[in-house]
Amino acid sequence: MKPKTMFEKIWEAHVVHEEPGKPSLIYIDRHLVHEVTSPQAFEGLRLAGRKVRRPDLTFATMDHNVPTTRRSLPIADPISAQQMETLARNCKEFGVMLFDLNSPFQGIVHIIGPELGLTLPGMTLVCGDSHTSTHGAFGALAFGIGTSEVEHVLATQCLIQSKPETYRIGVKGPRPYGVEAKDIILSIIGQIGTSGGTGRVIEYAGDTIRDLSMEERMTVCNMSIEGGARAGMIAPDQTTFHYLVGREHSPANFDAAVGCWKKLPSDPGAEFDRELQIEAASLCPQVTWGTNPGQVVSVDSQVPRPEDFADPNLRKSAERALQYMNLKPGTPIINIPIERVFIGSCTNSRVEDLRRVAQFVRGKKVSSRVYAMVVPGSQQVKLQAETEGLDRILVEAGFDWRESGCSMCLGMNPDILKPGERCASTSNRNFEGRQGKGGRTHLVSPLMAAAAAIEGHFTDIRQYQL
Amino acid sequence: MEAFTKHTGIVTLVDLPNIDTDQIIPKQFLKRIERTGFGQYLFFDWRFLEDGQLNSDFEMNQERYRRSSILAARANFGCGSSREHAPWALHDYGFRCIIAPSFADIFYNNCFKNGMLPVRLSEAQVEEIFRRVRKSPGYQLTVDLEQKRLSSPDGLSYEFEVDEFRRHCLLNGLDDIGLTLHHEEKIRAYEARTQT
Ligand code: SF4
Repeated sequence: MKPKTMFEKIWEAHVVHEEPGKPSLIYIDRHLVHEVTSPQAFEGLRLAGRKVRRPDLTFATMDHNVPTTRRSLPIADPISAQQMETLARNCKEFGVMLFDLNSPFQGIVHIIGPELGLTLPGMTLVCGDSHTSTHGAFGALAFGIGTSEVEHVLATQCLIQSKPETYRIGVKGPRPYGVEAKDIILSIIGQIGTSGGTGRVIEYAGDTIRDLSMEERMTVCNMSIEGGARAGMIAPDQTTFHYLVGREHSPANFDAAVGCWKKLPSDPGAEFDRELQIEAASLCPQVTWGTNPGQVVSVDSQVPRPEDFADPNLRKSAERALQYMNLKPGTPIINIPIERVFIGSCTNSRVEDLRRVAQFVRGKKVSSRVYAMVVPGSQQVKLQAETEGLDRILVEAGFDWRESGCSMCLGMNPDILKPGERCASTSNRNFEGRQGKGGRTHLVSPLMAAAAAIEGHFTDIRQYQL
Repeated sequence: MEAFTKHTGIVTLVDLPNIDTDQIIPKQFLKRIERTGFGQYLFFDWRFLEDGQLNSDFEMNQERYRRSSILAARANFGCGSSREHAPWALHDYGFRCIIAPSFADIFYNNCFKNGMLPVRLSEAQVEEIFRRVRKSPGYQLTVDLEQKRLSSPDGLSYEFEVDEFRRHCLLNGLDDIGLTLHHEEKIRAYEARTQT
């Protein structure tokens, strides 16, 4: 038998119908829903007199809009409140389980899926959100869809999909000191560019990836979309199985499930449409300098010059980005001052992220010129962090400790940058205006963000005893 | 769904690569719970100045592009978030066709669901369109999905590629959900087989 990639195995197991020359109809095992991309889909169902086919496979949360101030306070923005009420009404009407603001399981959709054991190896999982690629860390085929497709999945539990190509990115060797999962994925995007993965599903492989914890794997897969990829995935192994033991929705017959999951990894000799090998030894802590995640350099280098880019498109982008970011070519990255720090988002707001940050800032103080906030990814993360006393360490150091949600990752709620403010952010997008109109975002790892908060400018985390 | 067969219209330009959906429709406008009414917010941070006046530096705002219905841009158009509010905003503003050397996957897919045709051309062909549009105010193109051809009275004529299935659905305005429901029996069989 021809060796198969993990992607092919999952794809083939989910084909409901196929015809030559046409896209396939594939079955969706899990559908996650949030308040921003779902109202029009539910409305579509209602207009057509359709039901949600499998409410038992569908789970909803509120995350994008939610305030991160105390939950007892009323929601200040009436339009946000309306969007949340609409989701609650839709979930009730169509019988979908909802983790609302009062739920102990509320949180960013890509944090709570794995946390609750809703994300399992071998699954097809979708959500009306591009960072659904996060769930691929479990060896699931997980991708973001638009609202029309949300409606399609609600109505049919299937999707019409053309088969993407496969792309294996191998990372080899021990991870250097101070290099986090975030730096691995930022370096990869820096290399392949923001459209290097377009039309493809990336499988991250190699011993560096194998050695990552489950949460770190999620950070890597999370940003696959920033490289343009349809999805990112990592083969399940003991780390994966261990993470899933005893989760709320993990399978009752766990050992039997593990038996099936062990057959998922790509077969030796499986062919990928494209391959890339990276030596971990070459990786450094990363900082983005521009307005897309591919515009990234190592912390020990300088802001590049537009002339350095041979491709005229890249040059033009660089010119515009430097202007927007108000940066001079040649400036050492460590000389860039910042006023804001955001630790949060579906990329880096899990408890391990918060532990590393807390450990680093213990006994230190946030620079007086910086306002730094920590937004845990979910209520469960928040609870765990508070149980461990991480919140006290962070508050002691001068961080603002908030309620869970997307928050300043996209600034749909009141957490935004003011025009011209410069922020070290652990999120995934540094687009113009993403964190607030005129705001300037630099993407970094949690440790690099913590160090920047203390120093008031970027600094090389490798200089510290970690 | 709205069908698309053939369309003639004025071409407008946004001369940037990697235009992300956060630029196409900034997040503060994603709170509406309808599919309509997003056009007024299209490219909001670029089209408007702080005080709400039109930004005359933004090329699309020039008088010559008024009433345009075809948008040409550079590579990787529509990257970033999966928000379908982006194609809704473009469509609501009046665009029926987007031309670029490449598109981000989710955006590309979302266009077809909304009766809007994304056309991929080579970098050189897109460059040529930019050149001609800048030279002749009111420059128009005809997009023919039946013939898979883009043409103009000045002799420009480019063939483009599009997936057969998507073309068929768009030409006939077919609703995906309706198509899938034809396979109800197969879906049920799949569910029985896998016990999902
Ligand atoms: S945290 Fe940011 S990237 Fe993640 S789902 Fe929320 S808004 Fe999207």
